[in-house]
Amino acid sequence: MMLSVRDLKVSFRTDDGLVRAIDGVSFDLEEGEILGVVGESGSGKTVSLLAVMGLITDPNAVIEGSIRYKGRELVGLPARELRRLRGNEIAMIFQDPMTALTPVYTIGWQIAEQIQAHQRLSRSAALDRVEELLAEVNFPNPREAMSRYPHQLSGGMRQRAVIAMALSCNPALLVADEPTTALDVTVQAGILDLVRKLRATHNSAVVFITHDMGVVSELADRVMVMYAGRIVERGSRSELFNDPSHPYTRALLGSIPPLTGDKPRRLPAIPGSPPSLLRLPKGCAFGPRCPARYEPCDAGKPDLAGGSHAAACFRVAQA
Amino acid sequence: MIYPILRRLGQMLFVMFGISVIVFLIFFATPGADPAARIAGRNAAPEVLEAVRHSFGFDRPLYVQYALMMKKIFITGDLTSFVNRGWKVVPAVLDSIPITLSLVFGAAVLWVVFSIIIGVAAAATRNSWLDRLLMALGLLGISMPVYWLGEVMNLITQSRYHDTWLFSWVPPLGYKNFSDDPKGWFLTLVIPWITLAILYIGIYGRVLRAAIIESMQEDYIRTARAKGLSETRILLRHALRTSLIAFVTLFGLDFGALVGGSALLTEVVFGLQGIGKLTYDALQSLDLPMIMATVMYASMFVVIANAVVDFVYILLDPRVKTS
Repeated sequence: MMLSVRDLKVSFRTDDGLVRAIDGVSFDLEEGEILGVVGESGSGKTVSLLAVMGLITDPNAVIEGSIRYKGRELVGLPARELRRLRGNEIAMIFQDPMTALTPVYTIGWQIAEQIQAHQRLSRSAALDRVEELLAEVNFPNPREAMSRYPHQLSGGMRQRAVIAMALSCNPALLVADEPTTALDVTVQAGILDLVRKLRATHNSAVVFITHDMGVVSELADRVMVMYAGRIVERGSRSELFNDPSHPYTRALLGSIPPLTGDKPRRLPAIPGSPPSLLRLPKGCAFGPRCPARYEPCDAGKPDLAGGSHAAACFRVAQA
Repeated sequence: MIYPILRRLGQMLFVMFGISVIVFLIFFATPGADPAARIAGRNAAPEVLEAVRHSFGFDRPLYVQYALMMKKIFITGDLTSFVNRGWKVVPAVLDSIPITLSLVFGAAVLWVVFSIIIGVAAAATRNSWLDRLLMALGLLGISMPVYWLGEVMNLITQSRYHDTWLFSWVPPLGYKNFSDDPKGWFLTLVIPWITLAILYIGIYGRVLRAAIIESMQEDYIRTARAKGLSETRILLRHALRTSLIAFVTLFGLDFGALVGGSALLTEVVFGLQGIGKLTYDALQSLDLPMIMATVMYASMFVVIANAVVDFVYILLDPRVKTS
């Protein structure tokens, strides 16, 4: 097991009391596996992965639980040790390539900076490596692209530069936080191809955060659906897409326009909006929006129940 | 490269022309502004007034007077004072330039170095006692009027504690030429440099702290953390570097204004015959040619300082070049 997260809880101290953004998330990741994490904005998918990276710098954040990477506990690891892993063994790609790069340095400089932070390498050797990396992510003219500043590149090119940077130290684990959301659809397809290719060539495990079910269905081996800081359903891609058991997953899948058959006049939408973490409903957090709600839903929070394909729903547990 | 420089020069000429016309009109053409009456003195006889008017050329059309004055400043350089007739204005301005430049350059070095140290230290230890202490000191520096601070400095270093080992090295007030006596030049300027720099260290330290803290919220800082860089490197190479852009803008404006005569108070307190003091004296006696010459000089420096800032911008921020 490469990454094993157990009962991860992330809370923030605010003026209105302690807000629990992540409430008992557990998942495992094998080498070379692609895990899709799906959910609406604010469902906690980014925060939980930032916690894995040790990138929650808010002094008011409280992180509990266990995050084991290759058997090593990351929660409570000294900053220096964590820094050695970050960018080296665990790399991250962020949502918005427009703002993810420091505007005043060339992309070649920024990628070489990361390589030299982790490897004893001369400047020129690092720059040679940058050229290889940029070629690997399909820059037509890598030598020339290295001397470009971020603002001189298009969004797709920047995202590929960010990916090249993330790959610079051959990470065993790659966390991609909505890497395609800010891009055009055609560019998106290219980036997804790239992620797949990387898994094949580097055998890296990938955690792919997105709110796009279409992207997940193309890419992920296993899928994890999050709602209000909890996992509501997880399973393999085929289990989840062919046989969704949680009402929320079903509703999410129902909101994708079908490619074949009759087009619906209106796509079904999930009524209501995600609950505020400050005022979570008493029972199941999805309860107020759930079409299948009945009495037990108001009584307590359902636990994730089941084997490899599990859902946190009283209806499913009952059936 | 040539084109932007030419454009800058054109801009500078335009600004200086505008300022000279405005200053000229204020003193020569506003209602009640009669330079001849001022020179001749109160209750002067009409014949005397007429004689003065003719002698100074005030009876000629305004545009001729303006053109003559500009010619005397920029071409022949023989504009003379209205107050001390025969005293050439242009050499007086040229003589005072090195004094003001020495004062402002030295102070600028001090304030840039110390405000960067303070701003970075405060931002790095945000909300700690060190941050609060540094910011309180900065506020104190900003709140102290420079003429008061200068007098207090003089009181301490020239009088009360001058005989102690601490300040016995402080020479008497005044300026010594760098070429004649480099050591004396340095020693006479140390106290004025510190006095002038304290205000700006306070302002720049606070501005830089705020800018760094703001850029620490940016996405690219998170990327830098994800790369596994050390906090020091993130602070200095990423956050400070992008924060310097605001710093440089402010610096260009302040530096230009100070070299153009805003260091007046410091110059007066420390007996330095710089541009500010020259302008101040000219205003006291309403010496129009001198005012015109110093204003021309000041506007030239403000425009030059801004041009230098634009150039430094290109070095600091690659986005400027393409847009």
